[in-house]
Amino acid sequence: MGEVARPDARGRPAARSLEEVAEEVVRFPGGGAALIRSGELFRWAQSSSLWPLTLGLACCAIEMMATFAGRFDLDRFGVILRPTPRQADVMIIAGTVTIKMAPRIRTLYDQMPHPKWVIAMGACANSGDHYRHVYSVVPGVDHVIPVDVYVPGCPPTPEALMDGILALQRKILGRKDARA
Amino acid sequence: MPAPEVVRDLEARLGGAARPLGVAVPPEALREAAHRLRDLHGYRYYLLASATCRPGALEVVHGLRNLDTGDTIFLATTVPDGAAELDSLAPVYAGADWYEREVYDLFGVVFRGHPDLRRILMPDDYEGHPLRKEFPLDAPWGYRRPSGEGSA
Repeated sequence: MGEVARPDARGRPAARSLEEVAEEVVRFPGGGAALIRSGELFRWAQSSSLWPLTLGLACCAIEMMATFAGRFDLDRFGVILRPTPRQADVMIIAGTVTIKMAPRIRTLYDQMPHPKWVIAMGACANSGDHYRHVYSVVPGVDHVIPVDVYVPGCPPTPEALMDGILALQRKILGRKDARA
Repeated sequence: MPAPEVVRDLEARLGGAARPLGVAVPPEALREAAHRLRDLHGYRYYLLASATCRPGALEVVHGLRNLDTGDTIFLATTVPDGAAELDSLAPVYAGADWYEREVYDLFGVVFRGHPDLRRILMPDDYEGHPLRKEFPLDAPWGYRRPSGEGSA
């Protein structure tokens, strides 16, 4: 905590954790206002209200639905499903991407407003898995759209998907441990 | 072991009984056979179409059922690989429409007289018929980036 974050090679301030930022926040006595850098405030807001557009393409969708349901309850992370790409920040690709589906995925991705992120859920979305060489399958959704977080598993457990969402939050905040 | 011998073997050892399961008809007689099965023999329900790619030939199988008796008959037809054309059964059985589109999509059999012979599973611009033997197993996956925004 005590170490001062150094600017990077291009002179931009280094990304810092929320805890580090919180130490610099100026609280006005008796008031509800605080000072914070706008970029950090926006990143904090973005990471705390990830609204996913769900693309349940195969069996991974079952685990994704379980993750959103009461037992695991992604609402507590501010993750609320959206039915339309116009309202979504993050796309969860849950399942096998076929050649026929790929242009539709690209269209949905293009319809999402910036900033936007993509979570590839499961081995099929990551790489095609054992359908990799099948005549109808795209070997990984990163051939179609850029992917921020790859969640391994076949299918990933709800805990794994939650871990992927938390990793994406750390990535948005610019934290070094985003990969952990 | 040829099928009749298998039947005799099972009959002798286990008390099995032969049941007619299928008829192989020449391609030019396929539609007439379907008409007779539907109108004379009560096979009014279309079950499925299937196909097998053999060296040099494609075998197309139509499954038909008589709902009164519960009997099922498979109508098999063999066409040469190079000129895979066959009369469509869609004018006889409406249920054959999508099944024949699937056989066309995956095996490349052209059904004459089909009302709407388009691909049904693969993208419209897909090249080749992937379940044929000559379709390369290690084919590049063939996905091309959409040519423009919102091309879907």
